[in-house]
Amino acid sequence: MKGFLFLKLFLRDFKKQRKKITLTTLAIAWGTFSIVMLLAFGEGLNKQLTKANHGLGEGIVIIWGGQTTMPYQGLGKGRRINFTEEDVELLKARIPEIKNVGGEYTRWEVPMSYGKNSVTEMITGLYPCYEEMRSHYPDKGGRFINELDLQYKKRVVFLGNGLKERLLGKEEAVGKTIIINNIPFTVIGVMQDKLQMGAYGEPDKDKASIPATTFKTIWGYKYFNNLVYQIKDLERAEEVKKEVYKVLGVKHKFNPEDERALSIWDVIENEKVFNKVMLGISIFMGIIGGMTLLIAGIGVANIMYATVKQRTREIGIKMALGAKKKDIMSQFILESLIIAFLGGGVGIVLTSIVVKILQAIPIESEGLQFLGKPTISWGIMIITIIILGMVGLFSGFFPSRKAASVNPVESLRYE
Amino acid sequence: MIEMKNIKKIYTIGEMRVEALRGIDLDIKKNEFISIMGPSGSGKSTLMNLLGCLDTPTEGEYLLEGERVANLHHNRLAEIRNQKIGFVFQSFNLLPYATAFENVEIPLIFRGTASRMRKQKAEELLEKVGLKDRMNHKPTELSGGEMQRVSIARALVNDPSIILADEPTGNLDSISGGEIIEVFVDLWKQGHTIAVITHDKDIAVRTQKIVKLKDGRVVDGGSSL
Repeated sequence: MKGFLFLKLFLRDFKKQRKKITLTTLAIAWGTFSIVMLLAFGEGLNKQLTKANHGLGEGIVIIWGGQTTMPYQGLGKGRRINFTEEDVELLKARIPEIKNVGGEYTRWEVPMSYGKNSVTEMITGLYPCYEEMRSHYPDKGGRFINELDLQYKKRVVFLGNGLKERLLGKEEAVGKTIIINNIPFTVIGVMQDKLQMGAYGEPDKDKASIPATTFKTIWGYKYFNNLVYQIKDLERAEEVKKEVYKVLGVKHKFNPEDERALSIWDVIENEKVFNKVMLGISIFMGIIGGMTLLIAGIGVANIMYATVKQRTREIGIKMALGAKKKDIMSQFILESLIIAFLGGGVGIVLTSIVVKILQAIPIESEGLQFLGKPTISWGIMIITIIILGMVGLFSGFFPSRKAASVNPVESLRYE
Repeated sequence: MIEMKNIKKIYTIGEMRVEALRGIDLDIKKNEFISIMGPSGSGKSTLMNLLGCLDTPTEGEYLLEGERVANLHHNRLAEIRNQKIGFVFQSFNLLPYATAFENVEIPLIFRGTASRMRKQKAEELLEKVGLKDRMNHKPTELSGGEMQRVSIARALVNDPSIILADEPTGNLDSISGGEIIEVFVDLWKQGHTIAVITHDKDIAVRTQKIVKLKDGRVVDGGSSL
């Protein structure tokens, strides 16, 4: 093992230059700290935002009826398209790629009360599939609307967790009766707290949901306000969308090319864009951190150049004793790699501690919920180690080339 | 063993051409003990650098154990320095932060010798030069004579074909200088080939042959004093 004695000698030399090498190591540690910290915040943000995106639903598309802009089969343009339960059944039957599909009735500013508390909030009439499709998961002890509720048009209500707080406070809600539009409803469940970023209408936590059939009976809506469908395979989102135009186009007699006939919010597409934006943010943060590390790397190169100069004589001696150019070079590269990884190790440990502390702090503010959870992933570790290795190599390479070009005759004369 | 034929070394510094060696012929036979003398500027050091393969001649032929070394690749030259040449310098040239033992070990490391063998060999040679009990001392803790013994042990560690010594007593007082001369004489008697570059007549008289240089030429190729 050729390197071992040299490593030992380097560490001995290290003691002599302790201050200089310590400072350089700290610079690398700081660079590593900033790069890992920035990437960890990026990762945390990404995780939280992805979760928040999925708060609305994963792999879903929301459709509102639009107005035709092209004449079709003898019909003029400007016709309104509206959906009924037939459309839901049709999509379910015709497009096997669709996992869940449901229609939704919406009514704003509906009075609701429990005891002395009363609020006016949005209410929606939904189908059981919304539990999975739109992440309406019930908290412990409760449930979501089921088929029986629909069939018997039961007067049961599923409350958003925010709305429940305002109506019932800390009180257990399931089984209680609340008054909606002067009609008593039994609470069957309260939604689990979730991060939700996108919303149409109110955020889910602030609304009440009842069976679609019950809703129709009370308010007599003829049409759904909108449809939502969820697909099985995210890769096939575009095909499914085209298929939906085709199927609904035949039924409602509009040209499947007429995009405005339906108004679509493609959450899947949004997520793809979002992922690209997040990747961009990560790269940007990585570059900023990388710059900091680069400056530290220049520090290492500098100290190595100084060392080469200091050790000119030593290099000459080693050459006289039979060191090849590559022996001299590898020694300097090894030394700068040691400094890089030493500093990197300190930086990574420091970051892990800070991240642990930040993760342990409970966060109330909604804005900070997105930022306050930095996460160190394996990907970040690997990227950091690669960058550190490159910094070490480059900052060692050029000084080492200088060292290897030392003329032994000159350097041995040099007193 | 060593044959130099018409060796020339010309340095060009800017516009200036310095002819350091103007055609040297030199033979060193196995187990010969020679000294090379001459005033400053006569080309002694240049000759030493060429003999030691630290530098290459501008012209001429240099055969070291039958190998033409004038135009070899730098890696091969490093191997030759490592395995065939043992250097002893005036200013010792020990690594300051390494112990005597580690200094002796270094040529073995470049050769790629295994650690156990290195330990054995380095200890053996330090014992031979009488420094067994000082081997874990660093150069700063050793006297000049002791440092020169360490560097002799280092020169011997790879069993070189020739030991090249450049003013080995130049930095020593006369007593330690005398001791070092005795070490060289002993080594010669044990069968080593030694070339010493020196001003020191005390060392030159102990050698078999004195080669005198002047102005880059051999003016006397084998007289005694």
